[in-house]
Amino acid sequence: MARPIPRNEPVKSLSVSYQGAAASSTWRGLAMGRGGSDLVIAVLLGLAALATLLFGEAYWLLAAQVAITMIFALSVDLLVGFAGIVTLGHAVFFGLGAYAVGIASVQFGWTEPLSALLLAGAVSALLGAATGVLVLRTRGLGQLMLTMAFASLVYEIANRAKPLTGGADGLQGMVVSPVAGLFEFDIFGLTAFVYTLAVLIVVVIFAVLMTRSPYGRSLVGIRENRVRMQAIGTGVQRRLLSIYIVSAALAGIAGALLAQTSQFVGLNVLHFSLSGEILIIVALGGAGRLWGALLGAVVFTLFKDRLSALDPAYWYFWLGLLLAVIVLFAPKGLIGLVDRLLALFRSKEAA
Amino acid sequence: MSAPILETRALQKNFGALTVAQNIDFSLEPGTFEALIGPNGAGKSTFVNLLTGLVQPTSGSVILDGEDVTALSIEARVKRGLVRTFQINTLFNSLTVAENVILALDEFHGQGWRPLPSPSRRRLIRDEAYEILGRLGLDPWGNREVRELPYGRQRLVEIAIALALRPKVLLLDEPAAGIPSTETGTVIEVLENLASNLAVLIIEHDMDLVFRFAQRITVLVQGAVLARGTPDEIANNETVKSVYLGEGIHA
Amino acid sequence: MITAALTILFHGLAFAMVLYIVSVGLGITMGLMNFANLAHGAFAAAGGYVVVMATRSLGLPFWVALPAAFVTVALAGAVVERLVVRTLYGADELRQVLFSIALLFMAIAGFTLAFGPLQQQPEIPAALSGQVTLGGIDFPAYRAFVIVAGVAILAALWLLIGRTRMGMRIRAAVDNRNMAEAVGVDTRMLFTLTFALGTGIAGLGGGIGADVLSITPTYGQEYLVLFLIVVAVGGLGSIFGPFLAALCIGVVDVAGKYLIPEFGAFFIYGVVIAILLAKPAGFFGVRS
Repeated sequence: MARPIPRNEPVKSLSVSYQGAAASSTWRGLAMGRGGSDLVIAVLLGLAALATLLFGEAYWLLAAQVAITMIFALSVDLLVGFAGIVTLGHAVFFGLGAYAVGIASVQFGWTEPLSALLLAGAVSALLGAATGVLVLRTRGLGQLMLTMAFASLVYEIANRAKPLTGGADGLQGMVVSPVAGLFEFDIFGLTAFVYTLAVLIVVVIFAVLMTRSPYGRSLVGIRENRVRMQAIGTGVQRRLLSIYIVSAALAGIAGALLAQTSQFVGLNVLHFSLSGEILIIVALGGAGRLWGALLGAVVFTLFKDRLSALDPAYWYFWLGLLLAVIVLFAPKGLIGLVDRLLALFRSKEAA
Repeated sequence: MSAPILETRALQKNFGALTVAQNIDFSLEPGTFEALIGPNGAGKSTFVNLLTGLVQPTSGSVILDGEDVTALSIEARVKRGLVRTFQINTLFNSLTVAENVILALDEFHGQGWRPLPSPSRRRLIRDEAYEILGRLGLDPWGNREVRELPYGRQRLVEIAIALALRPKVLLLDEPAAGIPSTETGTVIEVLENLASNLAVLIIEHDMDLVFRFAQRITVLVQGAVLARGTPDEIANNETVKSVYLGEGIHA
Repeated sequence: MITAALTILFHGLAFAMVLYIVSVGLGITMGLMNFANLAHGAFAAAGGYVVVMATRSLGLPFWVALPAAFVTVALAGAVVERLVVRTLYGADELRQVLFSIALLFMAIAGFTLAFGPLQQQPEIPAALSGQVTLGGIDFPAYRAFVIVAGVAILAALWLLIGRTRMGMRIRAAVDNRNMAEAVGVDTRMLFTLTFALGTGIAGLGGGIGADVLSITPTYGQEYLVLFLIVVAVGGLGSIFGPFLAALCIGVVDVAGKYLIPEFGAFFIYGVVIAILLAKPAGFFGVRS
């Protein structure tokens, strides 16, 4: 169901960031363009991680959760922000990754964490390949529907397959071996934090390189103008399927990290509200900007941690209000605000 | 006469009871510049879409460089050298002019799947992009977003993208459409400087342009070929004249 | 055997009609304005709460509460359309989806604060609380009323869209908005009226269907997939497509849950995926 192009609008779907020809400039030049916001956010997040590691032992577990959400957000941003495929069912890959390591541990004694992480990525990638072929055949609302339908289907399966998943009670009794045979998961969450942080850093490097590669640029091209991409000889369908699979694998790894660090898997990892939340995180940070998605994940998770302690109803209200404000007044998200702040500094400096 | 680079055999397309392409036999030799003309609704766009693979024919075949490509996808035909421009600009509006060409060059060089950046290769491709832009006089605009360009320049970006794909056959869908007549000079200059071994099929309403460049002209009416020949033959063809009565067909 | 088949058919029909009444407005607004309104279910829930409040707290008769639900929710829909939804026409899908999720979340929070987290039931008139006997089998009278109401709303919409000037304008604008505007249709007003109508009918559906889809604050989220399924399978901008889709889904779902309770919930998704793959524009999609 292709949506007709709105009148007087160029074919364009999301706020744009294109790591283009101008990226090869000096540090000073970098700080002035969009790369400047990326750099500022990267430095701030790095400092925050370091400070938490050194002084914030009470927040290690929360920080691990933040890092996991960041990986999940990156996976969705690559799909939604870069390739322009809107999904409301990405929790299915996150949840599958979580259940994959959980079931591998409980049923088959596969407790080694790093190989289990790869297993989760592979399982989610497989489901991504199978559903992606079908989801990408439709567009617009039909596509949104199919992502939701597949997610609901897998949720039902997990709910019913009690012997395997524990159903609504969740999967209990999961054992995770020490990371690299050395670092046991401790109750303070130090291992959990460092472990998820390490995986996050690898994923961020991978994602940054990919978005600057010809492949990453071709995804932006497809988002911007599918017809033209076809006319320059791109197999659009195959390229979209490939990013769908990559995104599914990354989401699966994020889910697996959650299962390993909390040693429990509940049905909520497959729930629709998680699919919605992660989309909100990407929009909050700024879709199509990797560092935006990362920033969004941090802000959202901390916000949620504070507010949901009060009353879930209030949390829903503030979340809705925040989201409405972002959509109506700051469609480029938090990173768009950082862009504007930097531009303000620059013009003051010039004056 | 050398072997045709592009050929159609008994190409037919029906939409229900409506025939939009009727038994079209067509051929284009390397190095020739041919024009496709016809009144509005004659089926010119459908014919181009049949050639590029956007529309599948009801029957008949499309042969590119001796190979039957009828069943091949759009992108497979592009990879084999069949490249088109669009009548209405179909560009990456929020990317820069150079980036528009770089996207095409990446695909042409088979880099589209390369998941890692390579600064050295990137510089090469950038230079190549600017070389192409230079040929069209677009190099000063390389770093500007396409949407900032005046419409006439955007039309040239269409051609720049097509040239980046090193076509064997170039289908130009009204390259001068929407450009004020005072600015068609640039387009003419570009067309004059196209490589001599390239086969070009141009769809154009501007008869001055057609008769200036075309070595052969095909007239399409109601989905069928009405006449085919040199500009002189077409200009003196009585049937063509009657169809174009009032539109002033003359060189 | 025949009893089982009739029971499945009857309850399937009742379920289908609730799905239809709630979803049909969503399909029309999506087809006309191209706005993906994921908060549509929240308007249905609002209608449900109006009926609950009117019958329980104010002691109004059910037959007064239903039109009240329609009018209240339609007005709310018109206000929301005028204030915010309007600015998002033509915006990209992601922004529309996110905004309507925002609306949905705020509605959930609002309902929870106002009415509490528990399920609410409207007071049903005595005439509908008994049983009716069809073919020797007793059925709840209320569900028979739901079926009749669904068919009545289909008929009313068919008359409205097919026979009135407003309906003609809606059909014209769904077909080709530019052309409709060119011949002088005031699409701004038309969009507000259509949005109000669509949400109003949803509100009516929430009230009528409270017996089938229970009214809780999270109503709009819990059943969202079902509503979207009806619209996607039925096709955008159609009033018959969603009817057919609702019939299929309602009967298949009830049959699945009745016959194979273990796997009941899978049927619906399986059917949906199959239909959407075979006909990506739905049964009667005006837009392809």
